[in-house]
Amino acid sequence: MSLIDQFKNGLARSKSGFISRLDGLFGGGEINEAFYEELEEILVSGDVGVQTSVKLVDQLKEEIRRQKIKAREEARNLLLQLITGIMKPGETSVEQDEQPFVILLVGVNGSGKTTTAAKLANLYRQERKNVLLVAGDTFRAAAIEQLEIWAARAGVELIKQQPGSDPSALFFDAINAAKARAVDLVIGDTAGRLHSRHNLMEELNKIHRVIGRIMPGAPHRVLLVLDATTGQNAVAQAKSFNQSLAIDGLVLTKLDGTARGGIVINIADELKIPVCYVGTGETMDDLAPFRPEEFARALLED
Amino acid sequence: MFSNLAEKLQSTFRQLKGKGKLSEKDVDTAMRDIRLALLEADVNFKVVKDFVTAVRERAVGQEVMSSLTPGQQVIKIVNEEMTRLMGDKQSGLAKSNKGQTTIMMVGLQGSGKTTTAVKLAGHLRREGRNPLLVAADIYRPGAVKQLQVLSESIGEKCYSNLEADPVEICREGLQISEKESFDVTIFDTAGRLHIDDEMMSEITGIKNEIKPDEVLLVVDAMTGQDAVNAAASFHEALGLSGVILTKLDGDTRGGAALSVRKVTGCPVKFVGTGEKIEALEPFYPDRMASRILGMGDVLSLIEKAEATIDQDKAKEMEKKLRKQQFTLEDFRDQIAQLRSMGSLDDILNMLPDGGYIPKEIKQMSLNEDSFKVVEAIIGSMTGNERQDPTILNSSRRRRIARGSGTTVQDVNRLLNQFNQMQKMFKQMNLADKKGSSKKMKKVKKKFPF
Repeated sequence: MSLIDQFKNGLARSKSGFISRLDGLFGGGEINEAFYEELEEILVSGDVGVQTSVKLVDQLKEEIRRQKIKAREEARNLLLQLITGIMKPGETSVEQDEQPFVILLVGVNGSGKTTTAAKLANLYRQERKNVLLVAGDTFRAAAIEQLEIWAARAGVELIKQQPGSDPSALFFDAINAAKARAVDLVIGDTAGRLHSRHNLMEELNKIHRVIGRIMPGAPHRVLLVLDATTGQNAVAQAKSFNQSLAIDGLVLTKLDGTARGGIVINIADELKIPVCYVGTGETMDDLAPFRPEEFARALLED
Repeated sequence: MFSNLAEKLQSTFRQLKGKGKLSEKDVDTAMRDIRLALLEADVNFKVVKDFVTAVRERAVGQEVMSSLTPGQQVIKIVNEEMTRLMGDKQSGLAKSNKGQTTIMMVGLQGSGKTTTAVKLAGHLRREGRNPLLVAADIYRPGAVKQLQVLSESIGEKCYSNLEADPVEICREGLQISEKESFDVTIFDTAGRLHIDDEMMSEITGIKNEIKPDEVLLVVDAMTGQDAVNAAASFHEALGLSGVILTKLDGDTRGGAALSVRKVTGCPVKFVGTGEKIEALEPFYPDRMASRILGMGDVLSLIEKAEATIDQDKAKEMEKKLRKQQFTLEDFRDQIAQLRSMGSLDDILNMLPDGGYIPKEIKQMSLNEDSFKVVEAIIGSMTGNERQDPTILNSSRRRRIARGSGTTVQDVNRLLNQFNQMQKMFKQMNLADKKGSSKKMKKVKKKFPF
């Protein structure tokens, strides 16, 4: 299956309410205030957020006036371009001179960090990279076992310690081991934490510092894992994690449900944080690099 | 919890309160603000529409316009409508009269079913019940182990069978529960998407097999507009009996709480408020509404205080305060007790007018680390010094600073604060004797212990 198909497939099952409303809206008729109001409402219902929705609709209005567009059908394409313009794709290459390349996954509880770590390992394993997984969630019961099972399935090595041990110490060992074994890519899982918990955010900071001490410049990519069903709180999450760690990109998970994940438009617009990958299912292959136009098409069309 | 929504609504209300007369335009502005606040809190847009229409209808009616304090009336209406939206009364768990109550946990992936199942078992244990947990999530790697480890950590039993399918596991679990005279069985099922037909028919199968008294949908409080779609589908397939909202301890806006109940008609029964196993609370719609609207939730605060604070100690403390024998040692005890009640943020939000505390101050006082510093400083003092801080000369202060890893300035600051407190208590006592001074009463109100 091509990446595009895979990506679309994730969204395809869920065309129900959202897309049929869009189809109805862009189906025909003149462009008037009611059209804009309805569009704004649909965008809000896709978790795009009030502010960003209003902004998008205003920009669309402006463009429609400028290009003297009369038919609703054409407006759809315009909106697609607007959204594509906001969404810059995140970097996914892990090539660099000095090995290993270190990716750190962070996020709130239940967003899908552990599963994403496994999927990423699988993705780069297929590119013939020598990958090392780090079971950095030493807090949640059985999180280590979970990643262990995934690692075995992906045929990737895993570094772990006892439950409850200090994650910073684990990463210290892991990066050293990675250097010694000439690993290309280290993927670090971390425990889920709510961004409003000061102490837990400090712990994450410490992990980041420790990694940077053994290997200056690392971690090379910090990814915030975000559940596509998350609402406006995602902006607060992105802000907080970005403040304490400097987030390089997002992984949008669980896009195979009916949630639209519109919140990433908001985050891209407000915080300029791009999406790097999207997760679209429960098997190991259900992860693809993010493509803005595909996302916009999947969001707005069939 | 709900803090953002609360802030927005309260600022809308402050504008209304001052007005002697309300024009229709005032109401319109307020309704627009409320609509925006609710949408930003992830309340489903359809629910928002209905809510605002209902409030508006009443707000422009006779009830408000003829009132002397129209602003207050509008707030009252919003409060009533919000309480109604969330389900009026608190609803508890069903208790089967067959002697064996069965509870099934369902939900999307990552919503917190497993943790909540164990929290619920702990809650039932505290109520004197004898629960058995059944691990039926055979799909997510490590899920069964997670439930086993968590159950063990609070001394509860957990059944699973790695060889069987989920329906079989649940059937066996129920049999064991009956045989070994457990009186509640909690079934933890795998997370699933509501549009995954295969998985949804599996869970219907489980339901038909065990015929549970409760089917509880676990919903992540951070869910956006899609919460209602998922909830509606689960309800359609399974006939839910209630909802548990999780992860309400962050700065979540909790709009899901407001919409899910409306869409499914099922009450929110519990809320999860932290990572600790004890962090599960019954959901009270009326209290939650007044918390959101900044009217405080003194009832919950008192209950919380009663549950965590040692009554004898509290009485002793009061005596000490009256006799002005409050020492640094007592100060440290107080802080320890306050900390055991939960995060300061939660406590502040339960106080009436919590919304009037400026944001900056909230942020400052919310740094729980500063408590640790205080505890460390007091911990570095000798017994004599704690009883009588006046003996603290500069060399003692230097020693304490070194011992606690702080600076002499930190020590001085703490001593200053302590002096201030003693002065305040003195004044409170004086005021009490005179039985007057409104101001002091107000001060006392803000410090209920």
